Amino acid sequence: MAQATKSNGPRTAASWKVWLGVAPFFLFAVLFLLMPSFRLLTASFSTPEGSFTFDNILQLFTEPLIVNSYILSIQISAVTALGGGIFGFLLAYSVTVGGLPKPLRSVLITFSGVASNFAGVPLAFAFVATLGRQGFITAILKDVFNLNVYDAGFNLYGFAGLSLVYMYFQFPLMVLIMAPALDGLKREWREAAENLGANTTQYWLKVAMPVLLPSILGAMILLFGNAFGAYATAYALTGGRLGLVTIQIGAQIRGDVLYNPGLGYAMAVGMVFIMAISLGGYSWLQAKTERWLK
Amino acid sequence: MSFISRLRRFPFWAWFWFILGALYFVLPLYATLSFSLSWDPEYPLKAYERAFGDSRFWNSFLYSNMLALSTIVASIVLVVPTAYWIRLRLPEARRVVEFLTLMPFVVPAIILVFGMIRIYSTPFTLPFTDIVLMQPLTQFKAGTNILIVAGYMVLSMPYMYRSVDTGMRTVDIRTLTEAAQSLGASWFTIITKIILPNIRAALLSGALLTFAIVVGEVVLASFLGVSAFGPYLFLLGQHRAYEPAALSFVSFLLTWLAMGLIQLVTGGQGQTAGAH
Amino acid sequence: MTHLALKNISKQFGDFVAVRDFNLDVKKGEFVSFLGPSGCGKTTTLRMIAGFEIPSSGMISIEGIDITDKAPNQRNVGMVFQSYALFPNMTVAQNIGFGLQVRKEKESDIKDRVKEMLSIIHMEEKANSYPYQLSGGQMQRVALARALAIRPEVLLLDEPLSALDAKIRVSLRAEIRSIQQKLGITAIYVTHDQEEALSLSDRIVVMNVGEMEQVGTPFETYNFPKTRFVANFVGSLNTADAEVLDPASGLLSVDGARFSSSDIKGHKKGDKVKIAIRPERFSFLSEEKKENIVDCTIENITFLGSVVRIRVKIGNTKFDMDTFNRPSLELPKVGEKSQIACSRKAVLVLDE
Repeated sequence: MAQATKSNGPRTAASWKVWLGVAPFFLFAVLFLLMPSFRLLTASFSTPEGSFTFDNILQLFTEPLIVNSYILSIQISAVTALGGGIFGFLLAYSVTVGGLPKPLRSVLITFSGVASNFAGVPLAFAFVATLGRQGFITAILKDVFNLNVYDAGFNLYGFAGLSLVYMYFQFPLMVLIMAPALDGLKREWREAAENLGANTTQYWLKVAMPVLLPSILGAMILLFGNAFGAYATAYALTGGRLGLVTIQIGAQIRGDVLYNPGLGYAMAVGMVFIMAISLGGYSWLQAKTERWLK
Repeated sequence: MSFISRLRRFPFWAWFWFILGALYFVLPLYATLSFSLSWDPEYPLKAYERAFGDSRFWNSFLYSNMLALSTIVASIVLVVPTAYWIRLRLPEARRVVEFLTLMPFVVPAIILVFGMIRIYSTPFTLPFTDIVLMQPLTQFKAGTNILIVAGYMVLSMPYMYRSVDTGMRTVDIRTLTEAAQSLGASWFTIITKIILPNIRAALLSGALLTFAIVVGEVVLASFLGVSAFGPYLFLLGQHRAYEPAALSFVSFLLTWLAMGLIQLVTGGQGQTAGAH
Repeated sequence: MTHLALKNISKQFGDFVAVRDFNLDVKKGEFVSFLGPSGCGKTTTLRMIAGFEIPSSGMISIEGIDITDKAPNQRNVGMVFQSYALFPNMTVAQNIGFGLQVRKEKESDIKDRVKEMLSIIHMEEKANSYPYQLSGGQMQRVALARALAIRPEVLLLDEPLSALDAKIRVSLRAEIRSIQQKLGITAIYVTHDQEEALSLSDRIVVMNVGEMEQVGTPFETYNFPKTRFVANFVGSLNTADAEVLDPASGLLSVDGARFSSSDIKGHKKGDKVKIAIRPERFSFLSEEKKENIVDCTIENITFLGSVVRIRVKIGNTKFDMDTFNRPSLELPKVGEKSQIACSRKAVLVLDE
């Protein structure tokens, strides 16, 4: 038996020692991930004097400034997740099963890897140079098409502009998630469907889309969370004028602009809550597809 | 085959979406590049010369690179033994460790730095006493550096861990270890001669991704008050026009370089951070 | 009474000729196997019948109607894939009913047909399971039912058993054959496994590098291979170089040992030929009188379960000999000299 304990056989008395191997990792996680998160959680249920309260959480739903910032963040995340999701899906489709030459696929995948990681300050500056008042595209539209987009109501530093900027990292992320999923469509499914008498539309409606749907929804949820947690891009572009949740939290870290530190913590917790729901939804849908496709 | 039927097979919509995507991708970069070159028509590289001529650029850029390097080394030291141990001896810890490595998706950088500041800006005292065991980490330079590297390790953890774990799975590290053990290899030999060489592509791609995340990072750097490249570029953008465009284009090229290298080492298994 | 006819079918991919001048008439209800190594063109031929590949030349017809250029979804030919290709988003019943559903048949008809098919494959209780909940053997039975549900003219099976375990392979093989006979459906079966082809088929088409090597019943194919390739591919086989000594009596020399063959086929004295002898056609002298008696040395003895394989050396040429394993069997020892024999009919002279 002593031999068996040493190898990969049944672990008995020594089993707690095996856990020592992962102790450094858990220590790190506790110090720099769990403790900071729990501190925010406990603080959001505390009054400035340190006693327990639900007021901060309740105020999330009553304080107009906060409600509006959540609504704005959810709107921009939803719009860019949907827009980036659809556009990214079409792009992924075109390079996988859409019949484009093979080399374009690796070009697009590499592009997407770069673009999905190209965010923050440089991205904001790039869009100022493109669609700002003196931007490259703005000028072309004015000179060639005689269209002043700013007179027409467009503003790079507003909702529409920020959505366009977010799309720049949203759709490539969708491409990266959907390309493998589209590859997962087996050629035999299409052939089996044709063989049984289905035409292309029937194949897409009854087989391909239902198979892909959990992946598509899951990816869009991930995109939602991706936009919801973004801070640097929005701050660099709008300088804090657009009251997203992240921007409000940032202001609260700099100084107690809400005049209630507990409310700042509650905003952070509310944000983590929404992020957790989206990640949970993503994992659930992912597990569903994996079960199908294993 | 007739012309008409060949025309019908032409994937018009695929090309349409592809070109639209390519334009979306390229136009902002082109606009940035052309703007950065337009400062002085006589001397197009003026913005680049000014940007690179500023010693604050080099200081912040080198500092960010040092942070990136420290993060990469510390992550590897933390993640490789953990992932290895779980594959080899402790599969029952897999779920909880994977959950922890995914948590940064739920706790974005702005929340993480919020919590860190709240915890580490107060002195660490012996419980129930006023005896100070440690000064607040945010109060001195080395402490801040520890804090920011730890934060970056958290942000890059999902990619680093997944990359290393996948690398270990594809080469079946457990069987390799058992084979090496049966041939009489020591633990040191196993780790240096068997494990690390076999997962070096995974390590490299995790490292490059970490680099791409850290070098331009703004949130942690600016809230912890360190003079890294991200905050420098942001501040530069507040009162200059051409130099920020030049540096934006350069940082795009850097991201491109890192991603291109990942494609190279992983053989096209594209990865993404998506942490903004 | 030809049902499915392939006339002068060829298929080229660029410069590569996948199938060359393939001709075959299949009767209604017949079970024909395409047997050959991978890359021999058997799957390409099957895919041309299904319509997934268009022949470079030639014609395919069913009941005299040319279907060469018809789209796959217009052919009414059922196909079973090696990888099952069940739709993962649909239950077993939905998978089976898919073909009828896209044909817009009445819901009640679809329901009845699905029920009927489920009872044929004995999987009524799995109607509402999803493919991921099934074993490989069950998935392939569902795939078979799905292909049969549309009442196809021809059933095509593309290595349907090769992803399955050995035991299930044998039982499902028998099930496929009995369903095919019960429904009287014409079937084309692609395989690289000679045992499958021999046990299932009415006729076997042996293929190699895009060409038909031999078409015949399993009995003909096994016992009278026409080419060295067929002889080698179907069953195990000893082949050797021989020289014709006397065409009239069929006398040949292999490394000085004399064999006589009843299969000499107009060769002249002095011709170099290839001969083939199946291991089980050899026996030890004591058992009965044989025509070809040769001296040999025992090289090696291997137990293969019900059969014992003995490797002997005749001159410098090695031959395998199979004998049934019985407790009473008295085996020579390795290194001993012995004599073995085979009948004249067992010595085949191969076309090259």
